[in-house]
Amino acid sequence: MAARSVTRLVRQPAAIIPSVIFPLFLLAVNAGGLNAATDLPGFPTDSYITFAIAFTFIQSAIFSTMNAGQSLAQDIENGFFSRLVLTPMRPSALMAGQLVGLVLLGQFQALLYFAVGIAAGADFAAGIGGYFVLAALVSIISVGFGGIGLIMAIRTGSGEAVQGMFPIMFVLLFFSSMTLPRNLIEQDWYRFLATINPVSYLIEAIRSLFIVGWDAEALALGFAIAIVLAVLSIAFAARSLKGRMLK
Amino acid sequence: MSSAARRAYFSSAWAVAWRYLHNLYTKPAVFVPGLIFPLFFLAAFAGGLSSVSDVPGFDYYDFTAFQFCFVLIQASALAGVFVGFSIAGDFEQGMGRRMMLATSNRSAIVLGYALGAALRLIVVWVIITGVSLLAGMTVRGSGLDIAGMYMLGLLANVAALFFSAGIALRFRSLQAGPLMQMPVFIILFLAPVYVPQELLTGWIEPVAKVNPVTALLDGARSLLAGEPTGLLLAYGVAFSLIAVMAVWAMRGLRKAEVAG
Repeated sequence: MAARSVTRLVRQPAAIIPSVIFPLFLLAVNAGGLNAATDLPGFPTDSYITFAIAFTFIQSAIFSTMNAGQSLAQDIENGFFSRLVLTPMRPSALMAGQLVGLVLLGQFQALLYFAVGIAAGADFAAGIGGYFVLAALVSIISVGFGGIGLIMAIRTGSGEAVQGMFPIMFVLLFFSSMTLPRNLIEQDWYRFLATINPVSYLIEAIRSLFIVGWDAEALALGFAIAIVLAVLSIAFAARSLKGRMLK
Repeated sequence: MSSAARRAYFSSAWAVAWRYLHNLYTKPAVFVPGLIFPLFFLAAFAGGLSSVSDVPGFDYYDFTAFQFCFVLIQASALAGVFVGFSIAGDFEQGMGRRMMLATSNRSAIVLGYALGAALRLIVVWVIITGVSLLAGMTVRGSGLDIAGMYMLGLLANVAALFFSAGIALRFRSLQAGPLMQMPVFIILFLAPVYVPQELLTGWIEPVAKVNPVTALLDGARSLLAGEPTGLLLAYGVAFSLIAVMAVWAMRGLRKAEVAG
């Protein structure tokens, strides 16, 4: 199942390319358009690309929600899933297969974004060891959001419904600390939303590796939220899958 | 064109516009995204980035007003693109062919969609303007200035509509949706979205300088501020875009006619 998931991803460049290119485009636009924000008193770095690159990793992980869900929804829509149910395959193997492809894509994207960011002048304060921490965090986040995509696919069995998740994910992404640090957000309502939005802490954990180096608090919060998200989404997806297999 | 032919032409255009509007308001799933996206960007940018107005050199009078102009142009252009989706959908389902059979001068079909887009746009404008005013946006321009600002939005709408109609009429399939949406989305974001042009740095600065959307944005922002500048350039760019895109759309129409 894992090999099938990877092959499918590789054979569908139209599905992957937007999720790779779009975050880079937004990074390029924001880095040029908002570089002046580094002149604000209290801004943590004098390079906006160093600040903004964290957002790229999270954006691509959020896109993985759509990739994972879309693949499974297609299997359900075209009847492949029903055939799988007749085999002795365990539900956990089916889910793991879907998620392996996603994690591999996440790692490829992480490496690409990292290389592009460094080439464009971003600093990486955490050094080589920090990259492995970054890769681990990106993997857990991909699994977490991928699990949400799987839940949607299993419960609705519709690719359109999975795509319908995109605006919600986009809102989660934008109403976070993606463009400015939370302490520099002037509007109270927006700062409140960014503070209760778990995506802010995921971004801030990755950002800390680029700007500060090793910020234990930011990393602990980021990993804790990513792990909780992954465990919950996979647990719900497994439960939903069991229900669908019984139908 | 005789008066009877003229009457038939406008009657056809109005029928297409009416059908488009009827579909739009009876199917919220078609109308809502075109409204939600601009409101979302307004909230995300005006709310989340307001401290950017404290950056030295940011000399616009109100950050919400600054972002409102971007959202106005964006909403107007995207409304034009969404009409392109409708055209593609109509041709995909065979409705486009029936419309072509029923119309002697087929440019009436494009005019009908354009009328529908303009009427749709008025509703979008009312909502985003209302939300911006509720969010505390102040308006310094006179009535004439504000009318001029909305006129720039309308021209952006027409240009985007002709662009997406040209694609829709060539491909006659909703699968061409990204080809209509992505270029418009990209060109909008390659303009001075967050800060004035003088504060842009890096590769985006020269790109924004030659981007036609920059002239529209600068013109709209100057009108809202009550200090009109660069209007000749803004309107010149808008009318030039419309002229080029109208040719693109009409040639697309000819291709649709040839395809039958």
